[in-house]
Amino acid sequence: MNFFEFLISRWPTILSLTLEHLFIVFIAMVISVTVGVAVGILITKNQMAARIVLNVTNILMTIPSLALFSLLIPVLGIGKIPAIVGLVAYTQLPIVRNVYTGIMTINPAILEAARGMGLTEKKIMRTIRIPLALPAMMSGIRTATVMGIGIGAIAGYIGAGGLGVYIFQGISRSSDQMVIVGAVLISVISILTDQFLGGVQRKLNR
Amino acid sequence: MIRFENVVKRYPGEATDAVHNLNLEIESGTICMLVGPSGCGKTTTMKMINKLIRPSSGAILIGGRNIDTVDTIELRLSIGYIIQDTGLFPHMTVGENIAVVPGELGWKKDRISSRIDELLDLVDLNPKAFRNKKPNELSGGQKQRVGVARALAGDPPIMLMDEPFGALDPITRARMQDEFLRIQEKIRKTIVFVTHDVEEAIKMGDTIAVLKLGQIVQLSSPMEILSNPSDPFVSELIGGRNSLKMLSLMRCGQIMKTLSPAEVEEARGSPQGILGMKATAQDALSEMLRTGERFIFVEDERHDVVGVLDFENLLERVNRHGITS
Amino acid sequence: MVSLRSPLKIVLLGSIGVLMTVWVVENPQDSVVARLVTYDKVWGLLLQHFYLVGASALLAVVTSVPLGIALTRPRLKSWAPRVLALVNVCQTVPSLAVVALSVGFMGVGSRPAIIALWIYALLPILSNTLVGFQEVDPAITEAAHGMGMKAWRVLFRVELPMAASMIMAGIRTAVTITIGSAILAAFVGGGGMGNLIIAGNNISRAQVLVLGAALPVLMALMADLFFEGIEKRAKY
Repeated sequence: MNFFEFLISRWPTILSLTLEHLFIVFIAMVISVTVGVAVGILITKNQMAARIVLNVTNILMTIPSLALFSLLIPVLGIGKIPAIVGLVAYTQLPIVRNVYTGIMTINPAILEAARGMGLTEKKIMRTIRIPLALPAMMSGIRTATVMGIGIGAIAGYIGAGGLGVYIFQGISRSSDQMVIVGAVLISVISILTDQFLGGVQRKLNR
Repeated sequence: MIRFENVVKRYPGEATDAVHNLNLEIESGTICMLVGPSGCGKTTTMKMINKLIRPSSGAILIGGRNIDTVDTIELRLSIGYIIQDTGLFPHMTVGENIAVVPGELGWKKDRISSRIDELLDLVDLNPKAFRNKKPNELSGGQKQRVGVARALAGDPPIMLMDEPFGALDPITRARMQDEFLRIQEKIRKTIVFVTHDVEEAIKMGDTIAVLKLGQIVQLSSPMEILSNPSDPFVSELIGGRNSLKMLSLMRCGQIMKTLSPAEVEEARGSPQGILGMKATAQDALSEMLRTGERFIFVEDERHDVVGVLDFENLLERVNRHGITS
Repeated sequence: MVSLRSPLKIVLLGSIGVLMTVWVVENPQDSVVARLVTYDKVWGLLLQHFYLVGASALLAVVTSVPLGIALTRPRLKSWAPRVLALVNVCQTVPSLAVVALSVGFMGVGSRPAIIALWIYALLPILSNTLVGFQEVDPAITEAAHGMGMKAWRVLFRVELPMAASMIMAGIRTAVTITIGSAILAAFVGGGGMGNLIIAGNNISRAQVLVLGAALPVLMALMADLFFEGIEKRAKY
């Protein structure tokens, strides 16, 4: 059975795994972006908090994803919930960091003009800082989402479903075709998502 | 009127005052130039007016009211602010930039919209063409025009200008200075203008405050500064050629001798140089050197000769102010 | 500052790792853990992990740095932007997919694992090498050429030293990523610390799991500090 025959004969399973994968990553990213943007904005008010949060997210990211997921099993069991929790934790760093630096690295002349004109700090945050930080935020969200897709595959190991299942099953059953299909699809999804979000980012930059 | 009363500013961790015991009165409707080398405290002085910097001691009064008793936001909304980098908001269009302060003041939409057109006209930018442009589509000079328009948007009685034309090329800078003076003739704002460029100070100012190490070393009119620099520091800052600079401050129309109709008739057809009333005495001198004559005629807007200006006249004008250096 | 504090931090992180190992070996949860986690076994897995990371990172350095240099020479210069774009696209491919693909084509074992890690580590080093060389001010190389230096002398005496810290930054990223990705080698029979995590999972023993997770984290942090020090020193 060659590669394409395999793809055609199994397409319903492959499609449902793909959709499952996208679903998990999508839910995780919605939560992650909400939390990350909120945290990123909040920590701009307090340097101490910013340093702590950035360090924690930094360390979170160095924890091997496989280990992070495994550690969640005793607490949350297996399945989609721990997978989503793990993904959210894991994708915080790029979002929080980019939101924070995006807001903090705005041309001082612009801020001085805004203050001098009589805008309140609240207003400056809403009408100047956040809109100007959008491209940086988007870049963080892009990195995080692409990471999420890849790590989502590893979540297949803790019973979250998705395309990772094909890879892990393929390895244990020594089915090269399963492994390759899973790996190729994940790669394609990652690349397409990256390109798409890159396009959005460029649009915001203009 | 803006008044500084014994204002001191010392930044934390510094051994000396950035601004030391400063007293200054700025008349309403005039341009006061703060001039001096970098680190002399001129920008600090200006930024204390809109509370971007708080004085360590002393008081600043605007129209007799201590600004400490005025709400910061309210105060700033009533003061136009222009800085060198323009600080235009890059994500907003020209129109939106100008609309910021009127929006904060709660103006109605159509009033804001007509204000934008009015201001763009004032700074000589076509409203239709520029309203919806983003700042990065503008040249340096155009950005600064928008900066001026934005600062004027809420019709503030006071404007603070921090080296507004410092980043422009010399030709654009000169043009912006001329145009700004033209605008000021119409709007008559109280303007505090910071610059390190003495030429600019002499050209733009009604009064000039020369600052050195946080203190005013001379406060007087441009003419007075040129003719009577109070100390070597000021003379050095002016950098010589004072008589020529003084001549550049006099308008032909102001110092000419008016001619009777008969004299005008006599003058008609003579080959001497002719200048407008608004030309400077420096232009007149240059014209005399060009033609090799000791006098020139002055004409009004309708190109009718109305007066004459001769070399002795210029000499007397300069001497009257008593060059000391 | 770096030279003084980094080694201290590295030693600190290392001691945490040693203490954790000692703690698990001396106080196992139960006999299953006692049998699974011994000094010999942990040491063996650690060496295996080192081997996986070291071999693939070394391969990546010796392939991507010369490739990067070649791609910034006048003859191949026009290719650099395209290669950079391709590398950037490849970097979005998840590590698990790369490992899985190498297994799909080469079967299981440490060799396909090393190949996968090598390819994955190659990308950041290559892109940083390209950028590092591109960022060298053309006026400086022009001055060097103008002074009469031979092309290869300009490369080794001027360009390479100036690009060095950027290249080191790429190696630093590559090594840190590889330490994490090498865990996946356990799935394809490549060994390493991933074995401990999988075993801990199979027997549901948190102790084993935590140790298996912590040791690579510590390794990654130590490597990061170590290469940070080198990177700073490489700055001219």
